Amino acid sequence: MSLMIADTGCANLASVRFAFARLGVNAIISSAPEELALAERLVLPGVGSANAGMQALRTNGLDEMLGEFPRPLLGVCLGLQLLFDHSDEGDTDCLGRLHGAAESLSGTAGPVPHMGWNTLNICQMDPILSGLEDRTYVYFVHSFAIKPSPDTLAVTTYGTNFSAIVRRDNIYGCQFHPERSGKPGALILQNFLDVNP
Amino acid sequence: MLARRIIPCLDVMDGKVVKGIGFADHQVVGDAVELACRYSAEGADELVFYDITASPQRRRVDAAWVSQIARELDIPFTVAGGIGSLEDAQAILAAGADKISVNSPALANSDLINVLARRFGSQCVVVGIDSFWDGQDWQVKALTGDPSKMLNTNWKTRDWIKEVQSRGAGEIVLNCMNEDGRRAGYDLKQLHTMRKLCAVPLIASGGAGCQQDFANVFQKTGVAGALAASVFHKNIIAIAALKSYLREQNIEVRS
Repeated sequence: MSLMIADTGCANLASVRFAFARLGVNAIISSAPEELALAERLVLPGVGSANAGMQALRTNGLDEMLGEFPRPLLGVCLGLQLLFDHSDEGDTDCLGRLHGAAESLSGTAGPVPHMGWNTLNICQMDPILSGLEDRTYVYFVHSFAIKPSPDTLAVTTYGTNFSAIVRRDNIYGCQFHPERSGKPGALILQNFLDVNP
Repeated sequence: MLARRIIPCLDVMDGKVVKGIGFADHQVVGDAVELACRYSAEGADELVFYDITASPQRRRVDAAWVSQIARELDIPFTVAGGIGSLEDAQAILAAGADKISVNSPALANSDLINVLARRFGSQCVVVGIDSFWDGQDWQVKALTGDPSKMLNTNWKTRDWIKEVQSRGAGEIVLNCMNEDGRRAGYDLKQLHTMRKLCAVPLIASGGAGCQQDFANVFQKTGVAGALAASVFHKNIIAIAALKSYLREQNIEVRS
């Protein structure tokens, strides 16, 4: 099974690759759209700002490939936000695979970034959540978030409710970092490896 | 609800975890990767590695060692120590660290914070501050890893806290130097004062001695996390027991 990680020029690829390695899967990192287009499963990680992220995708020609990718695709953190229509961060147009916009968490609750372990509240069952207990803690680090929508599988509360896990058809996303979320995070990554293509 | 974080801090010197009293006289307490895995298994929420020899020796933390930690650990970790440029930070993050923490190099060149935040985002830029009560006010010290090279700065802690946030710091770790290693409790007065100046998460550091010190710092200062070293390294406090205790005090912690 070929699992690939899109190298967007962002820096946290190693931790995602190591997380899959702990599950016994060797992920291939690539920035070449023609290579990534062949992946059976694709992960779009990301740290940094939305406009820098989108710029990096466009520079590498990854935006088009991601816009059409037909097999399971998992966006993590900024990677999730880039799969939506828009981000208010730098007023950035994103990939539009999911509908909605990333909005700032400033002024909604406590300190921003929302940083640390917070609970998942499951609102729709899905194979990606298989075996996951409700109210499990996972690790977040972000300043922008997507409002709950019909694609939301789990919400998290930080002043306001936001989408913590989303799915629409073959597109999956986690606002938190499954690669850094202990056992529940590993379970979600394993479920992503196991979902039907 | 967002849980308060318990953060063991591993001061690393030449690949070994060490602990001093008041930042001096270091004793080896164990191997970095081994201790990291132990703390993760026991329920630590996050780890911080300070390469305390890096800044005084003007060299960067070793990226290969960071990668070894990243391979094993499934909780977030921050690396600090001599990160003085975009390239330094890139190497550490590429090796698998989740956050980088800058201290002395940011005091020498405060624009470093802006550069790092612009490139990597504020969420992975932590600023560590070594703060010392001089009898009149809290003052920022630099190069505290080596007492012979330690410097006073012109920054009052409260001003530096505002400055680093305006430059893009995403989290602040406040090391209260007068309390460090003495296990007599966190500096509640200072942390309470500084917390009010922080729009980003503030992490308390220095002085933890017993479980109640953790409850006090969370209840009385509103910090997002509490960092400690010797109480964990010397098995004075077990993380799992600490977390049950905090839960009994109605403090939200990760189970």
